[in-house]
Parts: sequence; structure tokens; C-alpha cells
Amino acid sequence: MSLDNSAAAAELDTRAVPPKSLGRRSKRGSRGPRGRATVYGVRLLLVVLWLGSWELSARTFMNPFLYSMPSRIWDKLVTWFTDGTSQGTIWINIWVTLEEAAGGFVLGVLAGVVLGVLLGRSVFFADVLAPFIKAANAIPRIVLAALFVIWFGLGMQSKIATAFVLVFFAVFFNAFQGAREVDKTLIDNARILGAGRWALMRTIVLPSATSWILASMHVAFGFALIGAVVGEFTGADRGMGLLIQQAQGNFDAAGVYAGMVVVTVVALLAEFLIGQLEKRLTSWRPQNDSTSAAGA
Amino acid sequence: MSNHAIALRDATKTFPHRAGGTFTAIRDVTLEVAAGEFVTVVGPTGCGKSTTLSLVSGLEPATHGSVEVNGAPVQGIPDGVGYMFQTDAVLPWKTVLDNVAIGLRYRGQGKAQANARARDWINRVGLSGFEDRYPHQLSGGMRKRVAMAQTLITEPSVLLMDEPFGALDVQTRELMQDELLGLWSGSGAAVVFVTHDLTEAIALADRVVVMTAGPATVKDIVPVDLPRPRKVEEIRLTEAFIDLYRRVWDSLREEVEITRARGASSVA
Repeated sequence: MSLDNSAAAAELDTRAVPPKSLGRRSKRGSRGPRGRATVYGVRLLLVVLWLGSWELSARTFMNPFLYSMPSRIWDKLVTWFTDGTSQGTIWINIWVTLEEAAGGFVLGVLAGVVLGVLLGRSVFFADVLAPFIKAANAIPRIVLAALFVIWFGLGMQSKIATAFVLVFFAVFFNAFQGAREVDKTLIDNARILGAGRWALMRTIVLPSATSWILASMHVAFGFALIGAVVGEFTGADRGMGLLIQQAQGNFDAAGVYAGMVVVTVVALLAEFLIGQLEKRLTSWRPQNDSTSAAGA
Repeated sequence: MSNHAIALRDATKTFPHRAGGTFTAIRDVTLEVAAGEFVTVVGPTGCGKSTTLSLVSGLEPATHGSVEVNGAPVQGIPDGVGYMFQTDAVLPWKTVLDNVAIGLRYRGQGKAQANARARDWINRVGLSGFEDRYPHQLSGGMRKRVAMAQTLITEPSVLLMDEPFGALDVQTRELMQDELLGLWSGSGAAVVFVTHDLTEAIALADRVVVMTAGPATVKDIVPVDLPRPRKVEEIRLTEAFIDLYRRVWDSLREEVEITRARGASSVA
């Protein structure tokens, strides 16, 4: 493996997020039910303290018009979910944002995995493309959202494109690293057993890189949501980003917070689903590994 | 003209060195192995024994000299070669059944047929009942059995083994050696088995090849005329075995001392 180590390709490695099983190896499975309850208790206490002090400050010395407060945010959320928003029901807006994020996510993951794995296995192309990829990664890609609105208009495509460029690089660097880390013995063994190029990719390289790719997907869905929301900020006719932007335009701090809360909940749900997918795809791993990942 | 299963003639392999220049792993190795013959290779640590196997398997091309398998020059991976690696090469994300069947699947056999033959081989290596387990659920010895079945299911005529039992405890190793002999006998396969364990080398082999300190070349070939079938734990206590051991060790000792002296000077 050390023989095909090219300097340019090695530089690309540094961007990758290591998979949980390789990175943090925290083992904290052995905690009794009582310890668990204490943890939840303290967490709850922290939330109460935080929201309580905020509410209190806003009612006494802080300007609630600028900083808002939990009770107002709650009222806003209730209004959105019962009476709807200025842009139709809240569900339609969530759905639009989710569709854009999911579209960008799926396309970004596919492109990132395919290109990452191909470049990871080809020293030559990795060498050739390394500076371009580094440059593309250094561009503040979120700014492209403005360009995409010009290209694709106010509809969904421009948001999907923004989400895509954010997701692509996160996944690409990990897929690239994962494809390079494949155990050489596994490859040699498969070749001796008669694997051709395609079979090697499908049965050895992709499964080996899976834990790396999955690690990046956790980050990537968050990026996809950011892409969609910022895209809507830039110009849209629907979506959570638009709601937040309108709230800002009306000096409605509570509306901005309420939008954040909704987006956060959506992100957490997606994270949970990706965690489930990860569990399924890595069921072959030793059990204690996957439980420590779920607890994190 | 060659009716040898394996023929290396003046085979040399050099690798480019990190600092520039080259590193010679093996030099002018000439070795012939007949079909159905079991040859073990011993030598000092890091002398290039594994490189010899990678030339025969076609994983690495020779820099000079010729390498033939079943009478044809090696270009790419030759037909009929099996290779058991030193480290675990079973796929951790596949079950025992899928791991054993994978060679046949690569060679284009249908799933049902490949699985049927895989079950037969799993049975032969004594793993019946473990078809649906993943490798991490098995012991080191059981994983070696999986690797053995995975390699043998392709019915290689040339079987290359690179310290396959090196990581196992002594009892398990002897058990595996006996099982290997059992599976090999009557298969007609030529075996090249690299090891640093002299007992293992003599107990298994028809001939023991002693390699020199790196760059490795063939120093000595010791024929082992112990009767077959053999039981490893019994055979190693016989007079004939001990004589062979002394003979091989005398040859190897010098090379080991050279290697040690080099190691000491590079550490100092």
C-alpha cells in the first residue's frame, strides 16, 4: 500500500471524517439503569435552567422584541401548526424543504460515493484531479446558492443544487479515503479467487468503504438541510428557509427561532433514520461496536 | 518440456526503494515443484519468502528470470492457483457460507450450485452449523478453516500458503496441520508452504527449502522421506524427524545469525 502513496492523493485524505469504529472508541456501555436515569435527569435540568433563565431575562431586563423568549416561540409554533403560515400550512413548507434536502442528499451521496471510490482506486486520476478538488472544496460553496437561483429559478432545482454541492464534498472525501484504506490482503485474496474489476469493486471495495461513507452521511444530511434552507433564503416561493427569512423581514425574532426549532427536529429525525440504516448495513460488525455508536 | 506444476528459474524481484534506488527481495531463485508435491520454505524473518509466493501467484511480476505455472509463463493470475494468506483474508461482512462460496461466484457459478458446494466444503473443514455466522463470531482457528475452505473450493492445482497457521496457538496449529494434510492428500495439488516453524516445515513436507538471509535465494533443499499419512504430534518425536530437524536447523542457523547481526547493527 505504501508503494502507491502519492503525495497529492494523501493531501486529500485530511478532509475525511473517520468512521465511529475507527475514530472515537468510547466504551461506555456498562452503566446501570440508575446511572442512565441520572443522566436524563441532569439533561432535563439543564434544559429547564436554560429556557427558564432566558424567559426570565426576557421578562425583566432583556428586550424580548430583539431576543424573543421561549413562551413566544412556543406560541408561534402553535400558530404555525394550527392556523398555518403565510405560505400555506406548515406541513407543506416542511415537506418542500425536506424534498429539496433529500433530493440534494441522494444525488450528492451517489455522486460522492461513485467519484470518491473511483478516484480512491485510481492513483493516476487522484493525482491529476487533486488540486482541482482541493480548490473546489475551498470555494465557499454556499455562495453558489445565489448563482443557482439565477440558473435554475426560484423552484426546487436551485435548492437541490445547493444541497448537492454541500453533500457531495462531505461524502466524496470519505468515500475516497475509505476506498484507499481497503486491506490489500482482501483485494489480493479476491483476485486470486477469480474476482474481476467490477466484482472487486462491488464485493470488496464498496463494503470496506461503507463505514467511512456512513460516517460522512451523518454530517451530510445536516449539510443538505443547510443547503436547502439557505437556498430558500436566497429566493423561493415555499419552504422553511422562506418562513425564516420572512420572519426576519418582519423583525419577528420568535418566527426565526420557531423556524430553527422545526428544522432542528427534522434534522434529528433524519439523523435517527440514518443511524438505523447504518445499523442494518453494518450488522456484520461485532455487537458492542454498534451499541456504543447508538449511545453516542 | 516442463511437467512441473511450478518452475522458477533465476527469478529475481526488486522493489523501488523509498529513498530512490532499489531493494532486492529475492535473487536468482530456482525451484521446481512437481504436481502433487508438498514443499515447505523456511528462512530468516523478512528474507523474501512471501515474495516468492507472490511471483508464483502472479500478484507481482518477476523483475528477471522466469516463472511458470503448469507449464505456462505467469502473466497475471494463472488458472488453478490458490493462496492462503498470513493475515485474515475472509470478508468480515459476509457469512461463512458466502465467504466460502465467493470463489465460485467470482468464477460465474450460479448461487444455488455455489452454495451447495460451499456447504459441502464447510462440512469438510468441520464447520457445519456455522454457515450463517459472521467471521467476528468465530475463533481464530475457525476463521482459518473458513479461509481454507474458501481457497480449496476452487480446487487449485497449485496451492500457495504464507504462514497460514502462524497466528494460532500450538494445539490448534497442529490440528490444522493434520487437517490440511488430510484435505491435500489425493488432491494432486502442488503445495508451497512458507513458515518459520521448523517442526511444521518438516512434518508437512516432501522437501524443505532453506532460503538465505535477504536478498533470499535457495540455500539448501532437504528431502523429507518420512512415511505418509502422518500425524503431526506423533511424527515429531521420532528419531528420523529429529535428525531432519538438526539438518535443517544447521543450514538455517547461519542465515538467522546473519539476519540478527544486521538487525543489531541497524538498531545500534
